[in-house]
Amino acid sequence: MASTKDRKVVEMNTFAGLRKLPLWSWIWFILGLLYFVLPLYGTLDFSLRMQRDVIGLKAYHMAFADKAFWQTFGYSFFLATMTIIVSICLIVPTAYWIRLRLPEARRIVEFITLLPFVIPAIVLVFGLIRLFSSPITLPVAGIVLLPPLTNTVFGTNVLMVAGYMVLGLPYIYRSVDLGMRTVDVRTLTEAAESLGANWYTIILTVILPNIRASLLSGALLIFAIVVGEVVLASFLGIKTFGPYLLLLGQQRSYEPAALSFTTFLMTWAAMGIIQKISGGQGHVAGAH
Amino acid sequence: MAFLVINKVNKAFGKTIAVQDFNLELQKGEFVSFLGPSGCGKTTTLRMVAGFETPTSGRVVINGEDITNKPPNQRDVGMVFQSYALFPNMTVAGNVGYGLRIAKKPVNEIKKRVDNMLDLTHMSEFGDRYPYQLSGGQQQRVALARALALSPQILLLDEPLSALDAKLRVSLRSEIRAIQQELGISAIYVTHDQEEALSISDRVVVMNNGAIEQVGSPFEVYNFPQTSFVANFIGTLNTFSAEIIDPEQCTLKVGDQTLAVVHDLSAKQRGEYVSIAIRPERINFASADQNNNLLEGSIKSVTFLGSIVRVLITCGDNMLCMDIFNNPYLELPKTGQHVQVACPREAVLVLDK
Amino acid sequence: MTENTLPPPKVRVLNSKIGRWLGIVPFFIFAFLFLLWPSFRLLIGSFTDNQNHFTISNIIQLFTVPTIRDAYWLSIRISAVSALGGGLLGFLLAYSITVGGLPRVIRSALITFSGVASNFAGVPLAFAFVATLGRTGFITAILMRVFKLNLYDLGFSLYSFAGLSLVYMYFQFPLMVLIVAPALDGLKREWREMAENLGASSLQYWRDIALPILLPSILGAIILLFGNAFGAYATALALAGGTLPLITIQIGEQIQGDVMHNMNLGYAMALGMVIIMAISLAGYSWLQQRTERWLK
Repeated sequence: MASTKDRKVVEMNTFAGLRKLPLWSWIWFILGLLYFVLPLYGTLDFSLRMQRDVIGLKAYHMAFADKAFWQTFGYSFFLATMTIIVSICLIVPTAYWIRLRLPEARRIVEFITLLPFVIPAIVLVFGLIRLFSSPITLPVAGIVLLPPLTNTVFGTNVLMVAGYMVLGLPYIYRSVDLGMRTVDVRTLTEAAESLGANWYTIILTVILPNIRASLLSGALLIFAIVVGEVVLASFLGIKTFGPYLLLLGQQRSYEPAALSFTTFLMTWAAMGIIQKISGGQGHVAGAH
Repeated sequence: MAFLVINKVNKAFGKTIAVQDFNLELQKGEFVSFLGPSGCGKTTTLRMVAGFETPTSGRVVINGEDITNKPPNQRDVGMVFQSYALFPNMTVAGNVGYGLRIAKKPVNEIKKRVDNMLDLTHMSEFGDRYPYQLSGGQQQRVALARALALSPQILLLDEPLSALDAKLRVSLRSEIRAIQQELGISAIYVTHDQEEALSISDRVVVMNNGAIEQVGSPFEVYNFPQTSFVANFIGTLNTFSAEIIDPEQCTLKVGDQTLAVVHDLSAKQRGEYVSIAIRPERINFASADQNNNLLEGSIKSVTFLGSIVRVLITCGDNMLCMDIFNNPYLELPKTGQHVQVACPREAVLVLDK
Repeated sequence: MTENTLPPPKVRVLNSKIGRWLGIVPFFIFAFLFLLWPSFRLLIGSFTDNQNHFTISNIIQLFTVPTIRDAYWLSIRISAVSALGGGLLGFLLAYSITVGGLPRVIRSALITFSGVASNFAGVPLAFAFVATLGRTGFITAILMRVFKLNLYDLGFSLYSFAGLSLVYMYFQFPLMVLIVAPALDGLKREWREMAENLGASSLQYWRDIALPILLPSILGAIILLFGNAFGAYATALALAGGTLPLITIQIGEQIQGDVMHNMNLGYAMALGMVIIMAISLAGYSWLQQRTERWLK
């Protein structure tokens, strides 16, 4: 009983001198808090002042009344959902397989999943657009293997989802891999196998439910990335939420503030959920 | 006046009382252990001597100087932590010399002192290594050298060997004792390991629940425990509840068997119950001519432990543990065998509380 | 060898060496198509001219064409400034919630704030700062009203180097908090006590022990912040349009229309960014390993 008590006691008194007067700590904290809060307050304040001398939600009404808002946001939502689904379908089996059967592939796969950190989003988008806006041909006979993806709506959607998947790759992979490590999928699998389950059943009924917390946090991060993303969409000429907000900012002043504040609340909600379910460190993402 | 005086020291953290009414006097060159289960307040007491905690009340006096409220960096006491606490960014020599550098000693003097200390702890070859390149035992030697480098008035060791493996613990503890005796420095050694405390100390302070249970030489606290806590904490012990039959004759009844003791029971009443204790090594098989202080029972188990053989005997409602020395020509007793054992009258201890 | 009566073990495809690698083929196909191949194209493109011949002139032009050189330099400076500024503030905050003695409630609140703020970036962040420190922003207005102080007359502009650095710091300092707080937690209390025991003052403890131990983590985190700002695009675009010619903005223009009339030069510009990022992240991982070795 006492070793924990001892430690607690010690912790309380370690910096007794400082504890008496953590003045500087408070100063830094308040400074940081101001930095954090003031721009948000500014946005909120601004967004409520659309009508002269009246505090009101008019900017929000106007912003939400715009059909284009719902269209672009809906589109972003659709793309985010697709990205999350395809990412999970690709990453969960891969991470599972590596953990179980192919540990020697871990280093290379981890390296690849970290590449999007090294390759800035704009560079990646540049490469993707250049590569897939012209037909991909077999070098010898000139046979067209793949027509330009950007020529069709479907192809563009595929390219968008693929691009978002790449941008989200480091986060979803780390999240899933960590989840599998903490629940020890190997033992779970062996237990399920000994009960006669096959691979398909194991993944669906044993693995997925056990890593749902990490899946959810990975999914929310992808959602945050996709909804805020500007680069890929605007260069492909797709009307998602990011470019819409950017354009709106050039034309109007109050509605963008209202939408920015709304976006912030969504980010807050997403991160809040992630914090809640992971209980640990926040992740880092975003379309900076 | 004693070299170190800890006088009526109390320490409370909020509502929890960590140490209460702690009184101890330590002579120069004496090696004292604080022994007790974790949470008994031994580490807190040590930290009050080091200055990391301030007593709620009471005084700590070293060499005639009241240091109760002196900050730790002006106390002139050496400290060795369980976790070694070597500075990972400094070499071994850097660690040992750090205090001397803070004290702004001349460079060649620091070097000489560091070499001396590393010699003393047999670490001379490792001066340029970093802590992460050393084993646990080596790290603790460096920590010891570092604590001694400033020639402190007193050396404090907070479970210094707990993180090491058993073999190393034994060899390092005798080394610590040898160094302490060579330097003639006073030392306080905190441990929860009774064997360690008994083997290394001049005196042992047994603590429980923030208070001192007993202070005495290892021989005293082992052989004459004053409280049932001390009796039980140190060594293996058989404890029984016994009914006083005759306070004058000092006879007691355990179950339906009678034992005589040397303890003065005249203050007690007939029929009163007391706790008695017997060390397993003080019990033996009864020889035919013995008819005093006999206990009967049947053997429940026999465990061969190397140098001794431990025999558990069911003795009425009680379980009796008996240790006999190993002997290759000895016929081991059999389980289920009915036996008669004897223990000398003076081996039966009556515990105060 | 004669009693070969047992049937040969049935080798399931998925258990053979090649079979096991089949399991992650979909991942490799995806990574190849959408990550490796485009990157490879950039690499090759950087070293070819319009006639598809090998050349290093694109690379040379990165250093010789003033607009490109300046764009890199501006990006590097702004990333460095925001990384150092955000790093400093983030460190002080992390200090205050770990060893600084603030209550635990504050700590968890700040960690959550940091998680949110480090993810709040791009267009909304730019708008938030416009509403705060823009010409009509509320802090600008308050300073005007209360102190009769016109920030913009004093030379400040949100749409300048300093302004953008200030905006970037918004997602930089929380990231610093998230990275450095665990490192500060790793400072053992015994180190401080031991230093005190050996006569060191608080200042000496920080100078001789705590900072040297933390230094790799701090530097590593600042490098990470640098990369974080270096790749940023949307924030700068939304805030300043094209007025601050960062390298990312230049590449953006290159994608939209071939301004330089040389697509391969655009590839080279992108490659330059990747190289700078790769160098900084290599530095980060080197420092990371160094710290781990010390503190294992």
